[in-house]
Parts: sequence; structure tokens; C-alpha cells
Amino acid sequence: MSRDVQAREAGGVATRPPGRLRTFLASDIVHSWKQQPVVIVATLVTLTLFAGALFAPWIAPQNPFDPGQLQLIDAFTPPLTTSEFSGRFYLLGSDSQGRDVFSAILYGSRISLLVGFAAVLFALVLGTALGLSAGFRGGWRDALIMRIADVQLTFPSILMALLIFGVIRGFLPRSMHAEVAIIVLIVAIGLSDWVQYARAVRGATMVEKNKEYVQAARVIGLPAGKILFQHILPNVLRPVLVIGTIGLALAIIAEATLSFLGVGMPPTQPSLGTLIRVGQDYMFSGEWWILLFPGVALLMLALSVNLLGDWLRDVLNPKLR
Amino acid sequence: MLAFLIQRVLQAIFVMFVVALIAFSLFHYVGDPVLNMLGQEATEADRAELRARLGLDQPVVVQFYNFIVNAAQFEFGISYRSARPVTDLISERLPATLELATISALFAVIMGIVLGIYTALHRDSWLSRFIMTASLIGVSLPTFLIGVLLIYLFAVELGWLPAFGRGEVVDLGWWNTGLLTRSGLASLILPAITLGLFQLTLIMRLVRAEMLEVLSTDYIKFARARGLPRRAVHLRHALKNTLIPVITIIGLQLGTIIAFAIITETVFQWPGVGALFITAVRFVDIPVMAAYLMMIALVFVVINLVVDLLYYAVDPRLRVQGGGK
Amino acid sequence: MSSIPSSAERSPAAAPEPVLSVRHLRVEFPTRHGTLVALDDVSFAIAPGEVLGVVGESGAGKSMTGNAVIQLLEPPGRIADGEIHLQGRRIDNLAEDDFVPLRGRHIGMIFQDPLTSLNPLFSIGDQLIETLRTHLPLSEKQARERALALLSEVGIPAPETRLDSYPHQFSGGMRQRVVIALALAAEPELIIADEPTTALDVSVQAQILALLKRLCAERGTAVMLVTHDMGVIAETADRVAVMYAGRLIEIGPVNAVIRAPQHPYTEGLMASIPAVEHDLERLYQIEGAMPRLAAIPPGCPFHPRCPHAQARCERERPDLMPAGQGQAACWLHDPDDPLPRRAGSEKARPRRENAHER
Repeated sequence: MSRDVQAREAGGVATRPPGRLRTFLASDIVHSWKQQPVVIVATLVTLTLFAGALFAPWIAPQNPFDPGQLQLIDAFTPPLTTSEFSGRFYLLGSDSQGRDVFSAILYGSRISLLVGFAAVLFALVLGTALGLSAGFRGGWRDALIMRIADVQLTFPSILMALLIFGVIRGFLPRSMHAEVAIIVLIVAIGLSDWVQYARAVRGATMVEKNKEYVQAARVIGLPAGKILFQHILPNVLRPVLVIGTIGLALAIIAEATLSFLGVGMPPTQPSLGTLIRVGQDYMFSGEWWILLFPGVALLMLALSVNLLGDWLRDVLNPKLR
Repeated sequence: MLAFLIQRVLQAIFVMFVVALIAFSLFHYVGDPVLNMLGQEATEADRAELRARLGLDQPVVVQFYNFIVNAAQFEFGISYRSARPVTDLISERLPATLELATISALFAVIMGIVLGIYTALHRDSWLSRFIMTASLIGVSLPTFLIGVLLIYLFAVELGWLPAFGRGEVVDLGWWNTGLLTRSGLASLILPAITLGLFQLTLIMRLVRAEMLEVLSTDYIKFARARGLPRRAVHLRHALKNTLIPVITIIGLQLGTIIAFAIITETVFQWPGVGALFITAVRFVDIPVMAAYLMMIALVFVVINLVVDLLYYAVDPRLRVQGGGK
Repeated sequence: MSSIPSSAERSPAAAPEPVLSVRHLRVEFPTRHGTLVALDDVSFAIAPGEVLGVVGESGAGKSMTGNAVIQLLEPPGRIADGEIHLQGRRIDNLAEDDFVPLRGRHIGMIFQDPLTSLNPLFSIGDQLIETLRTHLPLSEKQARERALALLSEVGIPAPETRLDSYPHQFSGGMRQRVVIALALAAEPELIIADEPTTALDVSVQAQILALLKRLCAERGTAVMLVTHDMGVIAETADRVAVMYAGRLIEIGPVNAVIRAPQHPYTEGLMASIPAVEHDLERLYQIEGAMPRLAAIPPGCPFHPRCPHAQARCERERPDLMPAGQGQAACWLHDPDDPLPRRAGSEKARPRRENAHER
């Protein structure tokens, strides 16, 4: 295995053509991508799901959150059926409100992905900032940040997210809970997940800090901020992006889990997790599609994003486990 | 040995202290406990009286001290929501969680190690490839989705196993158990698999990776060169060396099992402390949250400590010369 | 078969049957980018009680040869051709399960690094007793006594107190003594010692070599001593086999090979050994580097670096042919049409006469 990697790396360096696009197309990443059918499928599935979420308002037959568009009379229409009442066609069936499950999934994954991306971004920015500070300045900042990280690492992040979620809700008046659920969720998941970024960035910063070019920059009197942003930050971004990709799958799962537990997105604004929570009630009465299709959607999303993240990690940074 | 032990215990105490501080801050700063307990209609005098009774009129440091003293005696006050002592709530639900966690931990550890060894020793067999692919799916799937899908398949479609609850429970006075009845055991199967599956895949992949690494070491090659039979090389020499680093992770994963029980208990409506905690989070029931937090922290800290000691006991390099590298 | 050394000239005691006989051994590593030939047409034999030194640069295939004999090649390496006979019995075609009883009982092996050869989690007593009881019908108690005897034989002081110690409690030299005890525990007829002293302090090396040589001589055990160190060979071996790029290029009695190497590569190798009585400025260096397995040139693998190379060397591959007191795979020794030596190659020669007098 490692022999192949070495051989590939050696070949890649020797035969790199000029030009940015061509460089990219000839790179190890593309080469490795082409070699693995599973990764290709995962990419296509991910892109399809992303596109579905992004263009939901144009693709979905109805807006499932607009009560005016729902036909209560069409409730519990099975999949691939045209309702005999309204004459509408329900690809994946409808739920108890007459809501089109297909539309709900498109809009639901929109929320799932929004929360996922936002939480990762939040964790990434926070973790990178703290990691840079800890690694570059050292001293008490380093000690403090890393101790907090240690304590937080003692607990699984889903538990952390639950706790943070509970605490933030405690500060807010009850009437606001539903409205700000999405922001609370983003903050809770983000706060539960910054440690990994901080650790990776701190380690990378400490390595970069002692390299000659940074020492040289210091000697010629460049201000610390400039050194940090122009020299160190670009060099620590690679591990951060790798963690971020895997973190996206984790954040999507965390959001779904919290929503499923009834402490995430409310049923008025359902994410995939909420849809599964709601669908569970109809599992026993035979309306399996209300549960199963959102479940399969989440399964495909989590699996393909995870596969992509794993692959990217292996390609970009074989040392990160 | 002693220095090592002291260092570990101090670290454990530090973590517990931080967690206690967080739990206390929850009490102190999140919402108003008096308001929460008495409601909007109480008179100012009632409130002042309760405030004094709860010690809320004392300085913060004294309150924190009282909190720690009470916590050390498992005393966490009254649930805002059910108006019952938190200790009672937790102690009547703890057996359910512990039984579930223990069974799924056993399932995960035993199956994880067995499958890990198998896939390492038979790296290229089709069964290994199948197991590895399946494990990838297992790692990627959210626990609750696995639970829901298992219920749908085995309870709804096939009707083989109960979909929720704990079945018939036998009360032993200080403990209530589902392990002694048929329905209790049947009810345990799906939740235990759901809860253990993620850890199983994790342990399996870890054992496999570690085993492959050990199998490529010089001492395994030398053991083979000495003509030791394959079983002795694999199951005596390689396995022991594989399991040492694995112990740490397995130990930590057991803690995670208790935390993830929250999700499984919700899916299967299992009457444990995890479900209690979720309800507490949903209704901002601070005493229950704080108590659960302290309990989980204690479990994690104790597991960490035990893992360290176990490590110490198994590895002669650490044991004999008191420390080593 | 012509490349099997005729035993008459080197071994007057005339052991009719060699302990180990390797014929035309070829080891291949199939990879995604093609098949690498790691060993090609390697043939040699070792007589009972004889020490055969195998030298060469790293990557020349000397360790690979040892691993192939005891069937411990790293996958995907495999024996693609040739035969290996142990005491007249063909062993290269045995299935793994049939081969296991041979290891330790008939072929012992000693690895380079004593620090990593012993399982750190088992006491050395455990490992010794386990090995003894695998091969010999001994009770736990008898095995323990044998283990003690073995330890004192390899020079571990106060063995009763050390039997239950763990490997990390021993020094490197002591560990290699334990490794030797383990390899000799079931009294195999052949020991393959793969760089047994390379990882040790120089001061300990000589002791370990002397110990190995003495124990094997006492038991009549044949030794295949793999090393890159000509000094070790000179001191320990009876005959020496020189490997280059996966091929055996010269084999012969140690003194003869050191005094009068027949292959140009061996010549260069001998000339590059620093000797105390010579000034280091003149230390000889063979130009270039040994080719990688993926790029072994056609013809004689050494021809790009050889001072005598001619057109024939680039086309035709020389087999081992009689040369001096041994054999060399070089067209210089072609009995029908010997290639002429070139002038200027003498630069490698001046201090050769002294090399064996150390």
C-alpha cells in the first residue's frame, strides 16, 4: 500500500504539467478519485443531495411549510399514487397533514445541511482561532485552552451538544425556543466540536512557528499578526479542511440526532431528524413511507459525506487517523 | 507506581471539580430556581423563605461549597418538573440504563474483538471484505436511525421482538432487573444491538488495525521462526500485544456507551436515566441535568482511572520498572 | 546443476549430503506495476557444521534468501522457481502447515534486532519454555530446567534469577544471547543468522559472534550468516557467498575470496573495506549504485559499474563458473573465451594482499 503511495507521489512530482487546471487534473487527488468507484458514487450522491437541497423551492412540488399549500384531505397517500381527492401525484407519499414527503425531504435536507455547514464553520473558525492563539503565543493561553479542550474531550460531543443546547435554552424565554432553535442548534453543535480543530491547528502552528522562514520573518521585524495570517495560517489550513469534511458528516448526524430526540428543530420547521421523529409514530400503523424515506435520505447523506471525508483525509493527510 | 496513581487521581479530581463548577453554574445562573419551584403566583415572603431554606442568600463560594458537599452525598435537590428528589428519580431508573449499557458493552467488546481478529487474520477473504464494508456503513449511520430501522424490520415487519419498553421487570428491592424474564430479555436485544453497534465497529476496526501492525513486528516473525504453531503465534503472542492499546480505547468507549444510551433509550422508550436527561433538557429541569452531568462525569473519570490501572497491570514494561517510557 | 559447488575441493571431510541445498532459487514480488524479481537463479549449498557467510549491500537479496529458505517471505513475495532441499528433502513446495514443524526444530533463525525480536509482554522463561515444549516432549518442569541450562550456556549470569525477567530488563547483548538460546533450543541442523550483530555495540559484537560460532560448532549446526560486514565474515565464516542485485555473483572459501576476489564487484567490495594499517584517504569506492529491483539491467547486472565491462556483458548474463578456488559469475572467467581485464582497474587492488591478515 505505502509502496504504491510512494510510487504515485514520486510519479506525480516528476510529471506535473503546467497550468492550474491541468495541474489539478493530474494531481494525486484526481488520480485517486478515478481509481475508486465507491468514492465516485459517493461524490455523485452527495452532489445530487446538495443540489436537491439547494434548489428545493424549484424542484419540490409544494412548500411543505406553507399550510396554505397542504391538502389535509390527501393525508396518508401512499407513494407513487395520485390522490383521488386533489388529483395530485405523491412520489414518496404524504404524511398526516397531507404534506408531500418528497418535498419535506428536500426542504428538510436543506435545513440539515444548513445547520451542518454553519456548525462546522462555527467550530472551524473558533477552533482555528483558539488553536492559533494557543500555538503561537503559548504560555497561559496555551495552558488554559488546552485544559478546557481536555476536559471537553472527556465527554462525547453529542452529550456536550445536548448540554450546551439545554443551557442556552435555559437563558432564553420559553416563547423564543422554537424561533431560534436553528441558531441554538448551530451554536451547540459548533461549540461541542471545536476541540479537534484547535488541537490540530495548535500542533501545526507550533511546527510552523519554529521553521526557518517564520524565524526569518520575525527577525526582519514583521508584526506578529502579519506572520500569523500570511505565513502560518495557510500552512495549517490543510488539516483543518480535512477535519472539516469529516466534521460535516458528524455535524449532520448530530443535528439529526438532536432533532430526533426532540431537542432540535421543531416540527414546524423540520429537518431530516425531525421528519424521522415524526415518522416513527406512523411506523406501527402501516404508513411506513413517512419514516422510511426521510431515513433513507439521511442514510445516503451521512454515508456519502462520510465516505468522501474519509477519502479526502487519506489523500490529503495520510498521517491523520 | 504510587506517583503515577497520585497523578491520575489528582487529574480525576480536577475534572470532577470543573464539572461540579459547571453544574453549579447551571443552578446558579440559568433561570431562577425559586421562580421555577414556586411558580409565578407565590408571594415575596414565600420566595425569601425558600431562598433562605435553599441557602441562596449566602455568598456564592459558600453555596458552591454546599453544592459539592451535597453532591458528594448524591444530593441534588428537587426536580423542577416532577417535584420529586432527583436522587430518587435517578436511582429508580439507573438499573435499566446499567443493564442496557452492560449488555451492549459486552456485545460490542466480544464481537468487536472476535471480528477484528478474524478480519486481520483473513485479510483477503470475502467475508472479511464484507464485514469491513458493512462496518463502514455502521460507523456512518446515526445511532437513532439504526434503532428505528431495526424496530421497523424486526418489530413491525417481522414481529419477532418487542419495539419498545423494558418488558416484564423483577423487583429485587434494591434493584429492578429485566434479565430474569423472557420478555425482559427479548426487549433487551434490539436496544443492546443498537447501542453496541457503533462501538462494535469501532473496536473491530481498531483491533484489526492493531493486530495487523503487531503481526508485522519482528517478535511475531521470530515467534514463527521458532516454529510455534499458528494458534500460539496468533492467539497468544499477537493477541496479547494487540489488546494492550485496545484496552484504552475500549474503556473510553464504554463511557461513551452510557452517554449514547440517551439516544437508544429515547428510540426504544427505555425507562432509563438517559431518557430522563432528555426530558430534563427539553424542559430545562436544571437539577436533573446537573445530577446527570455529575453522574456521567464520575463514570467517565472512574473508567479513565480503571483503564490506566489496567494498562499498568497488563504491560510489564510499565509494571516492573515503575514507569518506563 | 553446474552451479552447485563441487564439494571435493573445499571440504576434504566430504560430507556427502549438504544440510541445505538451494538450486536456481527465484523469488518474485508481484505488484500492481509489474513483477519484481528479488532473487534470480541463486544456488548454493551448506555442509553440516559449516558457516556460510552471505554478503552484499542492503537490497542485494541476502536477507531475502534467508527468509525464502525458512519460508517467511513478506507477502506478496513468493518463490517462483527453483528448489530448496533440507537434508535431502525438498522443502520449498511444502504447505505452510507442513512447514511449521521444520521451523525451530530443523531450521532456526536469528534476526538482526534483539530489541524487537522478543515479545515484550512475555518473560524470557515463558518464551523459552514455550519453544522447547513446542518441539520436544518435555514436561513444564523439564522444559524449565532445559531453559536454565540454555541460558547459562549462552552466558547469561545467574539464569535462575533471570528466567522470569522480561526482555526490557536485559541489555541488547544479553537479549541477543537469549535470542540465540531460543534459536538453538530445539537443536536445529541449520541456523540462519540475519545480521545477528549489526544492531549491537561494537564491543559486544565479537562476543556474540564467538558465542554463536562456538555453540554451532559444538552441535555441528550449519550456519548461514547473512551480513553486510566483511569483517564479521572474515572472522566467522568458512565460505562466503557474495550477492548483488538479487543474484549470487561469487562464492568460495573465505580466505581465497578475501585474498583474491574473482568478481570485479567483490574486488571493489574488498578494496572499500577500511583497514587500520592503511590511510583512509585511499579508501576505494565503487562508482554508481546498485540498481533497484525494478531496473536491473540486462546481461550482467554489474556491467554499468564494472571497469572491465564490454559489449558481451550488456547482452549475456554470466552464470557461476569456476574461478580461483571458488566460482564467480563473470565473463572474465569464461573457460572458453575469457574476457580480458582492462588496465586502470588495478586501482582497486593494491592493498588487497593485506586484507586477510587483520
